[in-house]
Amino acid sequence: MNALTAILEATASSRLETRVVEIGGVAIALRTGSAKFARMVEERYAGFVTSCNVPDDSNEIGFEIELLDSAQSYDEDGGDPELDDDLEVTCERGLWRMCRGDFSAEWDALSGRGRIRQAMNPYSLDSVLRIVHSLVLARRGEFLVHAASAIRNGRAFLFAGVSGAGKTTISRLAPADATLLTDEISYVRKSATGYDAHGTPFAGELARPGAHCSAPLGALYLLRQGAENRIDEIDPAMATQALLRNILFFARDAKLVQSVFEGACEFVQRVPVRQLTFRKDAAVWELLG
Amino acid sequence: MVMSVVDSTFFTLNEVASAIWRAADGVTPLHEIVARDVCPEFEVPVEEALTDAREFVRELSTHGILRISDQPILPSAAAGVPGTS
Repeated sequence: MNALTAILEATASSRLETRVVEIGGVAIALRTGSAKFARMVEERYAGFVTSCNVPDDSNEIGFEIELLDSAQSYDEDGGDPELDDDLEVTCERGLWRMCRGDFSAEWDALSGRGRIRQAMNPYSLDSVLRIVHSLVLARRGEFLVHAASAIRNGRAFLFAGVSGAGKTTISRLAPADATLLTDEISYVRKSATGYDAHGTPFAGELARPGAHCSAPLGALYLLRQGAENRIDEIDPAMATQALLRNILFFARDAKLVQSVFEGACEFVQRVPVRQLTFRKDAAVWELLG
Repeated sequence: MVMSVVDSTFFTLNEVASAIWRAADGVTPLHEIVARDVCPEFEVPVEEALTDAREFVRELSTHGILRISDQPILPSAAAGVPGTS
């Protein structure tokens, strides 16, 4: 970096940059003193950054981001942040605290304001966003699910399963007229008539964000790879169990856990949940929709 | 479900993978975990189970979720650590 570049970078860093990331209709403003971090946010959440440098109070949820040196853990005790620290999400008098080896964050659910301390990497921010979205949704019986999702013929479909069951595969096999919402983390919200699935920027092996759109949810398919393409009914209790196994929820909070549980039970009552056995060819999509 | 601290990747584990994950104490070798916790419970041949188990722990280790070692790891750092043999 030459002197002029350094001066320009320092000047740019002296003012706060704001990027608003909207997922599932929930907008979160991210304020940072680093133009470089702001650019990383734009690239990471391409298609989901809805505005830049808006006033801090114009969004319901907002975070100030304090960047740490990459070698510096938030944990002053030191240690290996990669393996030593489990994620902890706790709440005390309305103030949520989220801690892991690579970040710490606080969020006041009442005011919507919060602060994140993390290094210059996209994964810590990914985690905080997922946690905050899961908290916002949990109160309403809505949730994030470890599932791929796509829209076809005006209806959305979720594809969940244990790792290796085929979320990425079914996404890759999607026909050209399907819109991929995500190959990794799906976003489920209630609507006037049932549920909608929304696109998310959280990518899996496909390494590309989903589309920023939504559609009424037609079905949840539990994936299993096999020798033929087939859809089977499953017992509602098993469907609820499978859904719960795939819901992302991180907080130690009895009331919200209860809400998530009840949300999953209601979902299974209102949305068809089926077992989808498929072999690795695009013909499986002929069964859907 | 487990999540990588390194890149925030999620893994939803099946019953066999969950059994291995729970048994990974940093001391017990993977082949012992498979023989003790997987084969009797899930009625799978040892070689087949061990091949799958090795692939599973390799996948988790690439995401920093679990550490593979050829010797026991100190208890303070042992969570999610099976041996390799």
